[in-house]
Amino acid sequence: MSLIDLANPTRFLALATRVLPWLAAATAILLAVGLYLSALAPDDYQQGATVKIMFIHVPNAWLSMFVWGVMSIAALGTLVWRHPLADVAAKAAAPIGAAFTFLALVTGSLWGRPMWGTYWEWDARLTSVLILFLMYLGLMALWRAVDDPSRAARAAAVLTLVGAINIPIIKFSVEWWNTLHQGASVIRAGGPTMDRAFLIPLLVMAIAFSLLFVTLHLAAMRNEILRRRIRTLQMMQASRQGV
Amino acid sequence: MSLGPYTSFIVTSYALVAAVVAALIVWIALDYRRQKQILRDLEASGITRRSAQTSGSSS
Repeated sequence: MSLIDLANPTRFLALATRVLPWLAAATAILLAVGLYLSALAPDDYQQGATVKIMFIHVPNAWLSMFVWGVMSIAALGTLVWRHPLADVAAKAAAPIGAAFTFLALVTGSLWGRPMWGTYWEWDARLTSVLILFLMYLGLMALWRAVDDPSRAARAAAVLTLVGAINIPIIKFSVEWWNTLHQGASVIRAGGPTMDRAFLIPLLVMAIAFSLLFVTLHLAAMRNEILRRRIRTLQMMQASRQGV
Repeated sequence: MSLGPYTSFIVTSYALVAAVVAALIVWIALDYRRQKQILRDLEASGITRRSAQTSGSSS
């Protein structure tokens, strides 16, 4: 099955239905392994056991930006290539991205209180991630506000591409401004600075959460395709009743 | 496994992530069931897509 074939929603539905149980099983196994490794990880010499919050905070923070990246590619697919599944992918990703961003904010806050002495600080990293969360909510509201999915898709695609400016701002905020938040310690020039005892559980959890996103996204896309199919049928029904 | 003086922060973080992920899974699963049910009802009332009429597929 080629990529062109997947542009056909019926073929996509068949593929998603076949792949989803395997993806869900792989996600569950990796999450279990990640949680086990996280539980076994030693305490940090400065942070003590609160370092365990990192194993859930960082994957959620990474995914909050990654999902917007996926939505930005989908937005290009809507505006440039007019791919039939592009806006389905974008719409389905938004609530999942919002959930990951919410979790990144709250777990960061719960990690910040014992380590920084405060739940919240209006610094560049925290504020830019809060803006990302609000943009997710704005996009979801836009999708709900416009009845016609193709009109909503174009407006949402433009908003998504404009909002993509925030992603490098989030990433480099810790270098461009003085913030309470620490600098990059995994994805950086020169390689990770983190000890393997923390790095391995973190990477396993990051892969597990990424798989979780793929699984949920495919399932949410399947729902969205069905929703559009129902909308078409209801319009057919209404036009028949009107004749 | 002792989590030291900040146990409540750690446990709350993990519990919150578990709750939100579970809520996402349940929401998507229930939405799927609802959409399938509406589609079945529509098709049972004789409203089908043209492609379904020609191929006999109901997906």
